[in-house]
This record gives sequence, structure tokens and C-alpha cells, in this order.
Amino acid sequence: MPELEFKARLLEPDDIRRAVSRIAHEIVERNKGAHDLAVVGVHTRGIPLADRIAARISELEGISVPSGKLDITLYRDDLSEVGLQPLVRRTEVPFDVASRRIVMVDDVFYTGRTARAGLDALIDLGRPANIQLAVLVDRGHRELPIRADYVGKNIPTSKSEVIKVKLLETDGEDAVELWEVRA
Amino acid sequence: MKHLLDFQDWDRTSLEGMLETTQIMAEVLDRPVKKVPALQGFTVCTAFFENSTRTRLSFELAARRMSADVLTFTASTSSTTKGESLKDTLETLEQMKIDLFVIRHSASGAAHLASRWTDARIINAGDGRRAHPTQALLDAYTLKQHFGKLEGLEIAIVGDVKHSRVARSNADLLVKLGAKVRLCGPATLLPKELEQPGVRVTTNLQEALEGANAVMALRLQLERMSTGYIPSLPEYQQTYQVNFKNLKHAAPDAIIMHPGPMNRDVELEGNLADSSRSVILKQVENGLPVRMAVLYHLLVGKK
Repeated sequence: MPELEFKARLLEPDDIRRAVSRIAHEIVERNKGAHDLAVVGVHTRGIPLADRIAARISELEGISVPSGKLDITLYRDDLSEVGLQPLVRRTEVPFDVASRRIVMVDDVFYTGRTARAGLDALIDLGRPANIQLAVLVDRGHRELPIRADYVGKNIPTSKSEVIKVKLLETDGEDAVELWEVRA
Repeated sequence: MKHLLDFQDWDRTSLEGMLETTQIMAEVLDRPVKKVPALQGFTVCTAFFENSTRTRLSFELAARRMSADVLTFTASTSSTTKGESLKDTLETLEQMKIDLFVIRHSASGAAHLASRWTDARIINAGDGRRAHPTQALLDAYTLKQHFGKLEGLEIAIVGDVKHSRVARSNADLLVKLGAKVRLCGPATLLPKELEQPGVRVTTNLQEALEGANAVMALRLQLERMSTGYIPSLPEYQQTYQVNFKNLKHAAPDAIIMHPGPMNRDVELEGNLADSSRSVILKQVENGLPVRMAVLYHLLVGKK
């Protein structure tokens, strides 16, 4: 692993809470409610984010919005090239995706390859009415023609920079940090 | 690990990881689309120098479910008993850019030799009486699925242990994963050298079954009678058949296993094999996700 140097703290716990809340509001507004809606988080940090968004929407609309976990490892486009074997994790989508509106949630939106894999993985579970994409951070540098429907924060980065999203559930604190790969 | 030849070089952590991945592959097989693109671009060749349609089909379907390209090579045993012809065959096939060979051969050690002759990965799908690691993995997975753990389980394996690669691989794997194994059969079919820490060898069936959590009956090759290993079929059935009567010695919730194909009412009472105690069909079902997991672990991330 290359050595990383800390550059800045970009989002504080309150910023993340507000971003999640705003995304939840936007989802409800765009979908005119939460009927037939479900949220699916991409491993690892998309999962707690999805749970938070689902909980917030449930609060706003007074109906329960189901939340699932998606592992995209078996759908990656680089498995014949990677040097290290990625750990395959469990996909748990405890509801029928067919005919539902699905919001796929991830922490960082970068090349778009994870989202592409996620779309394929979701569609193999059934045929959703539509799929929307929500991300906490969009850092640019897309390599595929994919865009996010809901963005917590746009953070322009250079390719040598690294965005670290930390969440209470996975890392013990809420924060978004900017790091740089040391030359 | 580059190859799955036997369990000698595998540690407990990697083996447990393999069983974890198996569970995920089983979930994939429950989906409406029972296929993932993970092994796109990889080519898998099944090279069977000994007949076994069921095992071959299970490997080929596993590779296809993972989106690998699959080639099938089958040879009659007679034309390929010499080491040279195995080598020639593999070298020829390798020119077709095979990433992984699944090899079944009647000669013990064939898969090991193959791993020296080719740069491709090797899965041993059974070599003589030596090893059949994916069968043992699917047995371990079936046990773990049923009992929730392997640690502390007592497994009795009964029958023609001497000629059984399934018995050897299971003894190696289950002990590595924290279970204990009792091997049982007539003295002529029970090599004493299989005794090792965690593995007990006994000719007394009641002793082998006493408190066992699972009983695995091994197929009795009927030609063993003509070659003098067992005196007669009725006598074998009388002494070593696993049935409702002697299962009383095992744990009250003990399950019945068999690697197949089964000689009904010879090594195992047919009604017992069909009963709710039996997980034999589960074993067959679990062969597929186990092989998908093995393919993933051997092929991905090793470039």
C-alpha cells in the first residue's frame, strides 16, 4: 500500500447528518413519496449510509422503507487482472426488487465502475421499476457514462488524492477526510 | 494457494474462508439469475482420465455459473495409464490457453504431477485412492450448514476406507477444521497408518458410531469380494452396514452421509438413506457452490 498523507477534514459529523437528511428529502420529493421505494447499500460504507437514508425517509413519510446490502465483487470488471483477491461478501436484499424503485447508495462516487457493477448485480436480482444512485461524496474522474441522482457533497479532487469516508458503524466516527498519496 | 491437490498446504483460515465464500455462492444459486460474471475471460478445462459424469458435470456447471469458458476432455482409462500420455495431453491442451485444469485420474499423485507440468492452476477431482478435496469440502460445508459449526463434531466414516480418497480427504480436512474422525471397516480394508491426532481407527462399528454426530457410509466396490478383501456380501452387511438398528449408538440427532454413488442396502440401509436423517441430497446440492468457491479462490487475484 502506498503511504498516505493527511490533507484536510472535509465533512464533520453534523455535515454528514445534514447531507443524509437532504438526500432523504430529495428522494421523497423526486419519487413523490416513499411508496414502492427501497434502499440498497453497496459494501462496505454504503450499507450504514443506506440504513440511515432509509430510516430518515421512514421518519419523513411514516412508512417503513426496506434496506438491503449489495456486494459487487463478483461483478467487478477487473477480476481477471487484480493482484490481490477481493473478499466476497454477502448480498442480503430481503425484499423483492421486481417492480420496486431502488435507490443504490455508496459512499464515494469516483470512476463509476462500482456503480456499473452494482447496476448489473441489482438487475440480476429481478427487474426493478427503476434504479437511482445516491452518494455521500462525488469526487469526479468518471470513466463511464454514469451520473448520480443524489449527491451529499461534490468534492473536486486530483487522482493522487484519496477520499476517506468514516462512519460511526464501521469506523467509530463520522467524518470525510482528504488524503494524498505521497510521491 | 495456486492449486487444490489435497489439504496438506492449506491452513485453517483459508479453508474457513473457502466455506464462507461457498455460502455466498449458494446465495447466488438462489437468485433468479443464477450466474455471475466473475470469471469472465478465464478458461477452465475438465480433464477426466477416469469416468465420473456427475463430478465432471458439477465442475462444468460451477465454472459456467461463474461465466468461465469450459472445455471438456475425456479419455478412456486404458489409453492413458502411462504418465507420458497425461503429460502430453496437458501440454497439448495448455496451448489452448487454459487457466485451470480439473483433473480426475485413477493414479494416485496424478494431480501433483500435473501441477509440475503446467503453469495452469490444478484442482484435483480425485486421484486414485489419495485425495478428493472438493468432495471433502462439500461434506464439511454440509456438516457446518447442519450443525452450525465443525469444532468438536465426531464424524464416523464407515466402509472400504483403504480404497477411499473420500475418507482420506475428509479425515485431513475435518480434523484441520476442528472435528474428530473415526474410520471404521473390516481389517483388510482399514489401513492402520491413517491414525493421526484427531483420527481414530477401529474395526468395531459400534465403537465407531458411539455418540457420533454424523455417519458417512462409503461405497463398497463389489469386486472387493472376488479379490479377497471381504469374505461375502451378507457377512459384510451383517457387520458393517449402517442401518437404523446400529444408528442407535450414534448421537440422537446424528445425520447420515454418503459420497455417492450408493449401493443401496449394501453399505447403507436404503430406507435410512431416504429418511429425514439423511443429508445425501444436500451433499449433492452443495457440490456446486463449493466448486464455484474453489474456482474463485484459485483463479482471482493470482496474476
